[in-house]
Amino acid sequence: MEDTDLVILWGSNARETHPIFFHHVLKGVRKGARLYVVDPRRTSSARWADVWLGLDVGSDIALANAIGSEIIAAGLQNRAFIENATSDFGAYREAVQPYTLENAEKLTGVPASVIRELAHAYARADRAQLCWTLGITEHHNAVDNVLALINLALLTGHVGRYGSGVNPLRGQNNVQGGGDMGALPDRLPGFQHVENAELRAKFDKAWNVKVPPKKGLHLSGMFEAMELGKFHALYVIGENPLQSEADQRRCERLLRGLEFLVVQDILLTPTGELAHVVLPAAAGWCESEGTVTSSERRVQRVRKAVDPPVGARDDIEILSDLAGRLGHHWGRLTAEDIWNEVRRLSPVHAGMSYARLEALGGIQWPCYDESHPGELFLHSRLWQRPVVGPRAQFSVVEFEPPVDALDETYPIRLTTGRRLDSFNTGVQTSRYRSPLREPERLDLSPEDGARYGLTEGERVRVSSRRASVEVQVRFDPSLRPGLAFLTIHFQDVVATNLLTIDATDPKSGTAEFKATAIRIDKLAERPGAQGRARLQPAP
Amino acid sequence: MDQRDQKDPWLSHQPRPPVIPTPRGPVPVPPTFPPRRQLSLTVNGRKVSVAEGTTLLEALRGIGIDTPTLCYLETLTPVNVCRICVVEVEGSRTLVPACSRKVEEGMVVKTDTERVRLSRRLVVEFLASSVDVSTSPQIQAYMNRYGARPQRFGPASPPAGHRDAARAGYHEATDGSRAATVGQPVKKDNELYYRDYGKCILCYKCVEACGTDAQNTFAIAVAGHGFEARISTEHAIPLPESACVYCGNCIGVCPTGALMFASEYEMRQSGTWDESRQTQTDTICPYCGVGCTTTLHVQDGKIVKVTSPLDKDVTRGHLCVKGRFGWQFVQIRDPGSERR
Repeated sequence: MEDTDLVILWGSNARETHPIFFHHVLKGVRKGARLYVVDPRRTSSARWADVWLGLDVGSDIALANAIGSEIIAAGLQNRAFIENATSDFGAYREAVQPYTLENAEKLTGVPASVIRELAHAYARADRAQLCWTLGITEHHNAVDNVLALINLALLTGHVGRYGSGVNPLRGQNNVQGGGDMGALPDRLPGFQHVENAELRAKFDKAWNVKVPPKKGLHLSGMFEAMELGKFHALYVIGENPLQSEADQRRCERLLRGLEFLVVQDILLTPTGELAHVVLPAAAGWCESEGTVTSSERRVQRVRKAVDPPVGARDDIEILSDLAGRLGHHWGRLTAEDIWNEVRRLSPVHAGMSYARLEALGGIQWPCYDESHPGELFLHSRLWQRPVVGPRAQFSVVEFEPPVDALDETYPIRLTTGRRLDSFNTGVQTSRYRSPLREPERLDLSPEDGARYGLTEGERVRVSSRRASVEVQVRFDPSLRPGLAFLTIHFQDVVATNLLTIDATDPKSGTAEFKATAIRIDKLAERPGAQGRARLQPAP
Repeated sequence: MDQRDQKDPWLSHQPRPPVIPTPRGPVPVPPTFPPRRQLSLTVNGRKVSVAEGTTLLEALRGIGIDTPTLCYLETLTPVNVCRICVVEVEGSRTLVPACSRKVEEGMVVKTDTERVRLSRRLVVEFLASSVDVSTSPQIQAYMNRYGARPQRFGPASPPAGHRDAARAGYHEATDGSRAATVGQPVKKDNELYYRDYGKCILCYKCVEACGTDAQNTFAIAVAGHGFEARISTEHAIPLPESACVYCGNCIGVCPTGALMFASEYEMRQSGTWDESRQTQTDTICPYCGVGCTTTLHVQDGKIVKVTSPLDKDVTRGHLCVKGRFGWQFVQIRDPGSERR
């Protein structure tokens, strides 16, 4: 990141959500890298940018395709890389052709000249990094959004080289590790596909069980199955879906309808309050041993520094005891025992002994054996001639507007996000006294404030097609007219996710948290109104 | 119910073809630079060879010569203000700061001459006579090493009140019977930090960490000049009104305890801070996916402060407000602990 020539942050406010990563971006900027920020809001990251592209929420594919189209029209694509390492370029070229700069300006709200500038700068840069976060993935077409960005990296060859790559910035300290360990519906540890008989056989043998040969459901699929009455019991570990899922009212109804809900967590979350059984757990990062895997695939040790409170137990102990009750006696396992089993079964983790993780301060997978140093970046194979393994495929993706359409009744686009000092639903961060914290308010552009005749601090009713909440407004000049912003940090006070839509991406299961159509209504004068949001009937 | 709900979710999407991990490519390595020229120098009569670009400090530490530093930190740009790392270089009229001076071919360096020792002793004597160094074990060690006697400047003058109000360039000369000090009331204007500038030696580290060397927030700078110079927010406004984002990276680099986490300051005040009963454990921050190493300082089963090691490429000792302060949630679960 520090040695690159150009950085694009797309749908990412890393200055606030990944502050230490942003230190490295700024080192690069100070060494001369240009920074482009693509975000509907002029965020604190965008304020550091050479150019801010303030696109309309959900028009990312139109913008990406237009950038691709312009690169091809200008003849700036990396022909040698495309020929050697990619496939389906012809179909891509044809598909993006209609996304001219002029059309894209209409679809995205970004001036054609600015799109052209980014296209040319990205294509001409010797090294370029393309980074994204939830602004890309919390949409009904999340996977298509990501594919649209990957197309750009393939088009320019900005992948698999030092200083050039695509970087999804992970939002939790071990969300990468969770996926790596097979906490995905279709993968076993080490990304080994569960529907591949040869790989599955290896696990059958090691575990002396028959691993189910079909992939399971992701979270949104589970909620759909609950709706159909095909899903009756849920075991939630370290998650607060009642407040983190979109369309909270539906989520609550479905969770309450379960025959059996178990919640294992370090604190009694609102989801835990609905549970039949709550299993108090030790905090993984400071009360137990183990590893976590960061956004850059670096496996690092977490260590026990304090004892868990009385009654709270290590996740490994809880799961081992549960297995015992179900007739599988695993014995007393340490975190290192389990890690060594991972190393036996997952080739990309094989070389990461605890001793090496300690000595090297973490290792980036893949690490195939104990002499392997780990890999600084992925996809170097694409630069081998001939390419090693399958070619990287261009994907044809088309622009689709957000599901929750704007109309005369719901004319304002609400998008959601995070602030520097808070984290997700606030289970952890609401417990420390941050001087930066302000009461949650609906951020509106000053122009919209004037249009609706609002004064700053006034309470308004915010309604989506699903619910209403009451909240004070704040004017934020970083928002363009027609755009509003709420965080998800203080759902006990402002239940943002009552408003959001549960339209999910069929491929990843992610809900469209970033695009809700809302209306703002002035409240009748009501002295003594309290600061809590009330659940009100959907209009 | 919309149409999606009618479908069986187990069958609702096309299965993707099973993908096994992609094949191995060559192990990526960062680009290498051509080997740098080796330079030779003489240190205290001993011949030494180092790579071009090495500073004198690195060269001295490389051969085991313990050179004192106060304003220098590996992760920050040298600012040459404390002058305690000075050494004698043949042909140079003045002593040179080892922390920033690059080695040149044929340099002849002396590190333990009377002139060097005198200069270092004066630096710590001036500092210790005008600043409260009681929470800086480093300065106290240097005082012992160089035989400093700050008391020879006389007893400390009483604190002059808020130095923030000092007029630029104005300095009241004393009659010489008492040592002028930077003593002033402790600043507490937020829940997370104490700022006790009576302990500040103006090493600039906090300004650098807040600025281009790490955080790029620029909430603080050096204001005033001469003896009235001090660290200040713009117009000396309280931190909550400033650009401060409470990353605590200024505290992380402060060598004297002038900047202190509220948890540590309050425990010191109540006499319960006891480093001999503390353990330090490295783990990974529980928040975003960057993977910052945090060092948990634990006393009597409680986290009492969080720092970050300098030698990790991800953090270089720096954290954000969540990693630095957002740990209280693990402790409010203890039965009997006060819920704040």
